[in-house]
Amino acid sequence: MTATETTAKTLLSVRQLKKYFPIGGGMLKKAKSNVHAVDDVTLDVYAGQTLGLVGESGCGKTTMGRLALKLLPKTSGEVFFQGKDIYQYSGEQEKEFRTKAQLIFQDSFSSFDNRDKIGSIIGEPLVVHNVCRGSELDDRVGELLRTVGLKPELAAEFPHTLAAGQKQCVGIARAIALKPDFIVCDEPISALDVSVRAMVLNLLKDLQSSQQLTYMFISHDIRVVRWLSSHIAVMYVGKLVEYGETEEIFAHRLHPYTEALLCAVPIENPRDRHIKREILLGEVPSPVDPPPGCRFAARCKLATERCSKEDPPLLERRPGHWVSCFEDFEGESEIS
Amino acid sequence: MANQATSKKKVTLADRFRYNKAALFSLIVLIVIFLMMLFAEQVTAYRPTQGDLYARLAPPSFAATEKGPAHIMGTDQLGQDVYSRLLYGGRVSLTVGFVVAFVGALIGITLGMFAGYFGGWIDMVIMRMVDVWSSSPTLLVALTFVMVLGPGKWNLIIALLVNSWTLFCRMARSQVLVIRSSAMVESGHAIGASTNRIMFRHIMPNIISPLVTTFVLELAHFINAESNLSFLGFGVQPPDTSWGLMIGEGRKYLTQAPWIVLFPGLSIGVTVLCLNLVGNWIRDEFDPLAVKQ
Repeated sequence: MTATETTAKTLLSVRQLKKYFPIGGGMLKKAKSNVHAVDDVTLDVYAGQTLGLVGESGCGKTTMGRLALKLLPKTSGEVFFQGKDIYQYSGEQEKEFRTKAQLIFQDSFSSFDNRDKIGSIIGEPLVVHNVCRGSELDDRVGELLRTVGLKPELAAEFPHTLAAGQKQCVGIARAIALKPDFIVCDEPISALDVSVRAMVLNLLKDLQSSQQLTYMFISHDIRVVRWLSSHIAVMYVGKLVEYGETEEIFAHRLHPYTEALLCAVPIENPRDRHIKREILLGEVPSPVDPPPGCRFAARCKLATERCSKEDPPLLERRPGHWVSCFEDFEGESEIS
Repeated sequence: MANQATSKKKVTLADRFRYNKAALFSLIVLIVIFLMMLFAEQVTAYRPTQGDLYARLAPPSFAATEKGPAHIMGTDQLGQDVYSRLLYGGRVSLTVGFVVAFVGALIGITLGMFAGYFGGWIDMVIMRMVDVWSSSPTLLVALTFVMVLGPGKWNLIIALLVNSWTLFCRMARSQVLVIRSSAMVESGHAIGASTNRIMFRHIMPNIISPLVTTFVLELAHFINAESNLSFLGFGVQPPDTSWGLMIGEGRKYLTQAPWIVLFPGLSIGVTVLCLNLVGNWIRDEFDPLAVKQ
């Protein structure tokens, strides 16, 4: 994550990004407390690759995705897209950014205006950016529907007539309509039946190679992230705890939370159930004005007095592998 | 949600309207009243200001007089035909009610959407204005305005408008607050849609149904308000008339000629009741949480 690397192949780089949501307070009062949704996160997303963002619900991964698209105001820090800070964009630059970066929702259906037909939902980005209109627009929408594996005739239907997987495909078609470079996929399969998850995942993977897409893939399912991602970032209560290449992280779990997250995946083969696993106990701490020190300290077996006093910095313990932990930990569970 | 929508498709709007007898009846009554007023020239024999001092305070009767057709609702203290005045006066009453409710809705919904969507100081300024306006009684404010502006139909409309927008503003704001944080709005931002497009293309159509209900109920409310003000002599001035003014003028003859007051009174009652029934029906139709029989 040095400066030279940033200009070489990173598409998006996040630097010391913070997002606090105030609680209480109002126009004239100061906020009583803050939810530290994203707290000092630094990471890179490389062009044409996928960054998997994992963590349990409430850890700030969705907020992180929204910040990467400038859909929320930040508290502090920077987000560089193709070398420029998106929070410093002019109106013109922001408009161009909106054609290059898109969002796929967990529940696409709720993101549709249910008064619109599928055709106008998919075509809306093209209309908004004056790409095409009239019969050209209809052709393009039909083409997009075919790309995501749906029949072009569906353009005249309402989205509630579709199955859940198809709705998600319409959401994907809308996201790729402007031929973007970067897509944030916010848990795109967690609301789907297991039977259609593979279909949507394969579609995302095919689109990535055919359209040179870069993904930030947000999920709580580390297996899915492993299958799709070249890099993984693990978040815990607003903090980035571990970041690196996927296989590197699976081979060397340097943060006890990552280890616990992997151990939480159910073992498929009943004969392997004897394998030693670390199961996490206790509750996730509240992100409201968290006390100083490692957020994981209360649940961590290795925690020392230092852990509850100082924030562990994110350090490069192995080449390209960043961890924020004081202890010299390496996960030993036999996980394949 | 999908199931709900598909099951709704089978029963059409007209079908459900047929089930609600009261609302259907009300709508028919309203349409009849409206058409009679619209074609008042054709369905009345007398001009509303055509007085006949020899035929003062004639009771309702179906027998033709020597000077013309029957005064089916009698005549008033100047010998003017009550039926004719009822239709022409109704035009004024309904115009005032409609214009006040409609312009109030336009202003209120626009301001309410801005307040709800942008929040912050814009919200504070608009909503404090609403608080101040709506904390003063509608009729008292309207009376004050009429005193300053002078009586008359258009001044009455202005006077009632002062308060009529606040309810629409509050309602539009609360609806926008709910929808503003929805994925639909976020999705609009994500594709780079303009604020205008998001507000008027996506938010507005999704919040309009409860506001239609409010509009119908407010229409009834302002027909009443016009009647009250005209009754007090602050509204429409003679020789023009309105339902409220007819009641106000007929009050003195209540014991001798109750029909002067009875018919405009009934008209107000029936119109307002019908509007309320139709309004309630629309609210039930648009609100899935409302209890249905």
